Formats: sequence, C-alpha cells, structure tokens
Amino acid sequence: MSDRQRLWDFHGGIHPPSCKAQSTRTPIQRAPLPRRLVLPLSQHVGSPAEPLVEVGQRVLKGQPIAAAGSLVSAPLHAPTSGSVSFVGPQPYPHVSGMLAPAIVIDSDGREEWIDLEPCVDYRALAPEVLLEKIRQAGISGLGGAGFPTAVKLAARPHDEKIHTLIVNGAECEPYITADDVLMRERAAELVSGIEIIAHLLGPERVLIGIEDDKPEAIAAVRTAVGERPYAVCAIPTKYPSGGERQLIQVLTGVEVPSGGLPTDIDMLCQNVGTCVAVHDAVILGRPLISRIVTLTGEALARPMNVEALLGTPVSELLSFAGLEPGKLDRLIMGGPMMGITLPAMDVPLIKTSNCLLAPTRSELPPPPPALPCIRCGACSDVCPASLLPQQLHYFALGHEHEQLRRHDLFDCIECGACAYVCPSNLPLVQYYRAAKAEIRELEHRQQKAEHSRQRFESRQERLRKAEELKEAERRARTERATRVKASQAESASVPHQPNTVASVPDKLAERQKKLKIEASMAQVALKKAEKQLALHATAELEIQVRDLRETAEAARKALEAAMQEAPPPLPSAAQPADDAVLKKAKIEAAMLRVQVRKLEKLEQPSAEQAAELERLRDQLAVIDRTLAAQSPAPVVRSEGEEALKKAKIELALRRSELKKAERAGTDEVERAPLRAALASAEQALHAAEEASGKPAPQLVRIDKRPIDETSRALKTELAYARADLHRLERKVDTDPAALDAARARLADIEHRLQAHTEADPKGD
Amino acid sequence: MSPVLTAVLALLLLCLVCGALLGYAAVRFRGEGNPIAERINALLPQTQCGQCGYPGCKPYAEAIAGGDKINKCPPGGEATIQALAGLLDVVPEPLDAPEGERPPRVAYIREAECIGCTKCLQACPVDAIVGAARQMHTVIAAECTGCDLCVEPCPVDCIDMLPLAGTVQNWKWEQPLPPGRLVASDREQAV
Repeated sequence: MSDRQRLWDFHGGIHPPSCKAQSTRTPIQRAPLPRRLVLPLSQHVGSPAEPLVEVGQRVLKGQPIAAAGSLVSAPLHAPTSGSVSFVGPQPYPHVSGMLAPAIVIDSDGREEWIDLEPCVDYRALAPEVLLEKIRQAGISGLGGAGFPTAVKLAARPHDEKIHTLIVNGAECEPYITADDVLMRERAAELVSGIEIIAHLLGPERVLIGIEDDKPEAIAAVRTAVGERPYAVCAIPTKYPSGGERQLIQVLTGVEVPSGGLPTDIDMLCQNVGTCVAVHDAVILGRPLISRIVTLTGEALARPMNVEALLGTPVSELLSFAGLEPGKLDRLIMGGPMMGITLPAMDVPLIKTSNCLLAPTRSELPPPPPALPCIRCGACSDVCPASLLPQQLHYFALGHEHEQLRRHDLFDCIECGACAYVCPSNLPLVQYYRAAKAEIRELEHRQQKAEHSRQRFESRQERLRKAEELKEAERRARTERATRVKASQAESASVPHQPNTVASVPDKLAERQKKLKIEASMAQVALKKAEKQLALHATAELEIQVRDLRETAEAARKALEAAMQEAPPPLPSAAQPADDAVLKKAKIEAAMLRVQVRKLEKLEQPSAEQAAELERLRDQLAVIDRTLAAQSPAPVVRSEGEEALKKAKIELALRRSELKKAERAGTDEVERAPLRAALASAEQALHAAEEASGKPAPQLVRIDKRPIDETSRALKTELAYARADLHRLERKVDTDPAALDAARARLADIEHRLQAHTEADPKGD
Repeated sequence: MSPVLTAVLALLLLCLVCGALLGYAAVRFRGEGNPIAERINALLPQTQCGQCGYPGCKPYAEAIAGGDKINKCPPGGEATIQALAGLLDVVPEPLDAPEGERPPRVAYIREAECIGCTKCLQACPVDAIVGAARQMHTVIAAECTGCDLCVEPCPVDCIDMLPLAGTVQNWKWEQPLPPGRLVASDREQAV
C-alpha cells in the first residue's frame, strides 16, 4: 500500500533532541559470549517464571529452564549451553537495586543448541498450536512493558475479532535505535512475523507505524512488505508517538477508552521486535534468548546496537562498546525519558531492556532542584493522555487518592513529557509513580483485608457448624440411650416368656414396671439437677429443674394411675384365681368390724344407730361365714407343732454356732461340744417331728453337704455365661453372631451341669 | 370557616399524611444491621488481632460506631486512622499504641522445633497455618495477617514474627521531597 494513509494527531507531545544518529552508524553487532549469564525469573510484567533446572545441571542453548508461573507469564530458556551454577537471588535491573531470584548459567562456550523444530508452513498449523509455539518460545513484548505476547494474542474480549493490527516501529524515545536497526536489517523476518500474527488474528487491516526520522527503516520495510496489503505509515516524529495508545490514535484516529485496552476497540498493537521474535519462534523454532539493545551515550567510545544474549551482564556489554568509566555519570536502562537509573553495573540484560544509556554529566545533567509549581500549564499542553499534570501533582502531594482517581491518574503513561517541559523542574512522573504505588498498595491492603475477613467469617461459620454437629450428636446419643433402655425393658420380658401366653395382668405389670422405672429415673434426674442448681444457680438450670420436676410429677401420676388400675401382682405366680375375691371379702369384713366397733362405742345409741348396728353385725356374720368357707380352715397349731418349730429354731442356732466356730478356726476340742449340741438339737427335732404327727418332710437336710468342685465350677461358669448373655442383650448394636454364640455357650453349660447332676445325684 | 382554621387544618392534614408515609417507609425500608459499623469494618485491616481491646475487627467497628476512638488499630496504622477520620468526619488522632506503627509482618514457624501440638492452628483467626496433630505446621505466608495471635499459645516458642521482606514486585516509588525543602546551601550545591 502507500503512505497516503490518512493520519491523525494526538494531544500534546514534545520534540526532544533525538540523539539517535550515533548508534546507527554501524550494523548490528554480536556481543561476545559472556562467561556467566544471569537470568532473572521475572523478565516482564506478570508473575515470575518457575525454575525447571537444578544447580549443576547441564543445559543446552534454547532449553527451557523455567516454566510460566501462571497464565500471565512466559517461560525462560537457556541463552547458551553450559551448566547451572546457581539458582537464587541475583542483581536485577531495578531502581531499588534489590536482588531478585534468578538462574545463573556458566557458559561452556560451545553454543550447543537443543533440537529445534523449524516450521516452514505455519499456515498448516491450527491457531492453538501456533499460539502454543509462541507461548513456549517465551516471547514477551520487546517494546517496553514486556507483556507476554501469547496472552496478548489470545485475549479477545466478547469473542470479537481484531480488525486492526498495528505494528509499532515508531521508537520515539531519544537515543534508542534498536527497532530502527532491526527494521533496516531484518525487514524480511519482520514481515514474516507480521504475517504469522495476521494469520493468527485475521485482521482486516495491518498498519505499520514508523516515525519519519527513520527513512532507511521505512524503505526497508516497504521493500519487504512488497505487494502485501500492509500499510507502512511514516508518522510525524513526536514524542511519545511510540506509546501504544498514541500510535493507535495517530494511525486510526480512535482513542483507546480510559482504563481500557486496545482490544476494547478491536485493535492490537505489537512491537516490531516482538514480530521478529514471533518469526524466529515459529519459522525457525528458536525461543527468545537474545535481543537487540542499543548501547549509546557519550561515555561510550563506540555507540552501537548489539544483539546480546539475555542474561549478559550490562557491564560486559558496556565494555564491549568501549565504556570510559571516568566519563560515565549514571547508567540508564531504557531511554532518557522513561528509563530507569541503574544503581549498579552488575545487573543482567532482560527481555525488556532495549537500551543502555551511558551519558556523561554534561550530556544528561542531573535535574536541578525542584521549585514550587507556578501553574503555568505547560504540562497540560504536552500531556499525550490529555490529563492535568499539575492538578495531579497537587493531589499527589496531599495524598488525595480519590481526587487522583477522579483525575484519571491511572491513564498516565509516565512518558515524562510534563516533567520535560516543567519550568520548575518538578519530578512530576515520580510523584505519579509514587501516588500510583500508594493507591495500589492501599488497594492491595483492602483486598487482603477483605480476603481475611472472608476467611475469618468462614472459619467462624465452620466452628459454629462443628459445635452444632457436636450438640446434635450428644442429643442423639442420649435419645438412643433412653430408647435402648425402653426397648430393653420390653425385650427383657419378651424372650423370657415366648411360650407362655401373655396374660392381661402380665402386661399390666409390665407397664407398671416401666412406669416405675421412668418415675424413678425422672426423680433421679430431678435430684441431680437440683444439686447442680444448688451449686451454681443459673436461670437455665432453674428452668431445667422446673421441667424435670414436672416430668417427675407426671411420671409419678402415671404410675399411680396404673397402680390403681390393678395392684401389682405378687411375686408368687401360683396364686389362686379367687385370691382377689377373698382379699376383698376380708377387707370388707375388716371395715364392717371397724364400723360395728364404732357403733358399739356409742354410749347412747339412737334407735336408728341400733338398727344400723344390727344390720352391720348381720353383714359381718355373713361375710365371716363366706370367708370361713373360702379360706382354708384356720391352722390350729398343736402343741407338737409348736415344739417342732422350737426344735427347728434350736437346730438352726446350733448349726450356725458350729459354723461360726469353724470359720473362726477353733480346734476340734472347742468344736466338739458344739457338735454334740447340734446332734442333740437334731435329736430333739426328730423327736418333735414324731410328736407333732406331721408327715416328715421329704427332704430332711440335716447338714448342707458341700457341692463337689465340678458342679461348683459349672455353676459359676453358668452364671458368667448368663451375665454375658444379658450384657449382650442389653446393648443395642450387638453383633447377632456374638449374641448367638453367647446363647449357645449358656445352653451348653446348662446341658453339662444337668448331665453332671444326673450322673452324680448325691448333690441333691 | 376562617382562613386561619383552614390553613391549620390543611397543615395538620399534611403533617398526618407525611407522618404516616414516613412511618410506613421506616418499617418497609428498614436497613438490616448497622450500616455505619459495616462501613467502618470495611476500612479495618481484618487482622482480628484484638490489639484494640475488642475481640476482632467487627466488634471494634461497632464500638467506633458507638463512639469509641478511632486510633486503636496498630495494624491499620496511620492510613486506617485517616480513612476512618474521613468516613466519620472526625479529627484524626495519633495512633494509640506503645510501639507505634509496625511494618507488616508475617508469622514464621521454625519447622525443626515444631512439635505439632496444633495450638497455633486453633489460634489463627484466618486459618493461615496448615498442619495436623504430631505433624509439622507451617504458615501460608500469603494468608497470614501478621496478627501474632499464634505466638502466645506455642508451647515451644517456635513462631517468629518476621518483617515482610521487600521484593522487586512490591517495591514502590517514594514521593520526591516537596519543592522548597532544600536548604539554601544545598540548593547552591545542586545548581
């Protein structure tokens, strides 16, 4: 295309002396291979790379030595072959002079490449593959900020296509000529790189912007572009036309919105150096391991542009260019407008270093002391971002962050035009940088505080939930325990009478028993709570005690009701069925008797009372008769029986005496009379038995014969087995197998005991 | 009806209507919580360190909303005092802390000495310490707020509070000296 492309202008801008001629006299030189290369892991904006190599490891030229640390990051490659001698803090090109983590490679001088994967026909590759190639080559913007190129190429908001690709060859800053010589000497590679990017993005138009003070570069690029539909635009020389936003405005007349990116207006800007690096990465398969850097300034004998490996110490480059240390005033990395003063010369070259400026004191004198702002407004006139620098200056002085934001401090590109024109020599850019850093730090603190708050709150929430869970578990446990007790009370009756028909009184008795247990449990709980209350009286406990009292009362009432329904059955099961009737009759009789006695006591009974007495007496007589008929005849104890009883008591006494004596360990002499007494008592009993006329009891056990050892052991075992079984039955979560085993054991022992007693009946 | 009476009645009616409206709005659009305490809480550094004498940042925010002083937050320092003064429109006071403002710090566990008691884990208000019983613990530096609540419970005193190391990434430009701060002799020298 032609240079008849319409051009626009941006606001402000300055025309400082360009001072570019001295470094373009010679073609690009190759810097000598340094003995030691220092590769900081942080080579660009975005997160630092993460080392892949260890100390002592041999690396080949182009081998990846650090991987991208995050999405906005780029890998790092060994610029030459050699061995890794150190991984850790090393000097870093930064104003602060701080150290930063780096990989140090001692070169072996052999420059052995890894196997490269050249790709002639990149058009055959899928865009993702192409992008991955660029990503893996570790390319970041070589113009200045150094944003990872792959990220920039991949970022397409709203899925909209980039319609304009802008190639930045403006290079507006004084002294720097790296892009100029690159375009002159590597125009073909540049165009190839542009083609790759254009293939990737598919823009409608491609604009190459070059300042018109580089006629050779323009001519070279035009020749290389040839018939391709790329517009090579010679733009008027004005600082800072090389700024991304300014160049876009010059070439298209469109302004990038405040706080936005060129992609917001579907444009993308790439530096010429980056395009060449893309060409190298895709076509030759070479990662980014070197860059062209301008060595200039009056302190250098041979100002030039060199292609230097990344990691080359700055001091070596400067001595290659003939540094005269006596003349050097201060060393600047970057240009005189936006560059940074390096505190030391031992720092390495990184991907974003485009120029090393070694001026003499007279060439670039230190800024004179600042004077108060006179509000001349010159800064506003030159600001390419159309800001109000003096307002920003005042707000920065007063730390008025809100005002600074409102005046779009973050749209400032720190080009330094305002400070350049300031008649009071105010270091305006430093104010803005400091203010930006302050605001960013506050924001960071705010974010961290918010983050901490969230973490704190989620922790509190977690602790609360854990507490609740514990509480619920505790409740469930107590509930289960009560349930177990209840089910035990039920099951205790069930397995014991599976064969007997559960009679109504049985059930009643069961209920009564349960109620009794409940009532006593409630009572116990109440007592406990009362004791607690006595110890520490709290409102909660009081409420608890009240509740418990109510429960206990209710339980007691329920028990009473059940008891009234029917009296608890007597322990003996062999009660005659009419026992109740008999009892009732007896009670009636007793009551009648009382009434009769009362009436009898009256001294002067009235006629009615006398009649009543008569009636009652009759009733009593009737009841007495029935009672006599029903109950067995009253036992009339004969003399003989009395004697028998006495004899029995006597025998028991003697026996216990003898036992006591035996237990006391007395000797035979003492025991003999006791034994004799026992024998005589026995005799007396026999005599009494005979005298009483009662049939002799079937079993007359004169003395308790000690049971033999085996049956004792068996009985003990039986008791243990029974206890075990009971315990197992009491538990809810008993393994049925264990329960069965216990039952079998019990049955077995019972069987054995029975067999033993049958075989040896003398125990009975 | 006299015009005075009419006017009085009209005004009375107006008052009643407005009162009813306001009353309705007060019920209908009632805001939850204490909005000013929330805003104060947003300005506090959320270290939950308790150096203000309250058990956490939120209680202190509520106390400030209730009239307490704004200068009791050492981790927040001057910046927080300024922000609070701006929010509440009160005069900023110097920080009420014996050691003054301290640079941000981060807890560091000397791992060789850690016995794995988990006491510091329970003390950390932001769960920034990882570890388990009888396992070594370590601090997630990025999550640590530097509140030093973990230092006290450690039975073997293996936790140090280290000043946050400056890096190239978090380095920040200093504001230049304001013009006119140079004494005359310096100025002559500089020129």
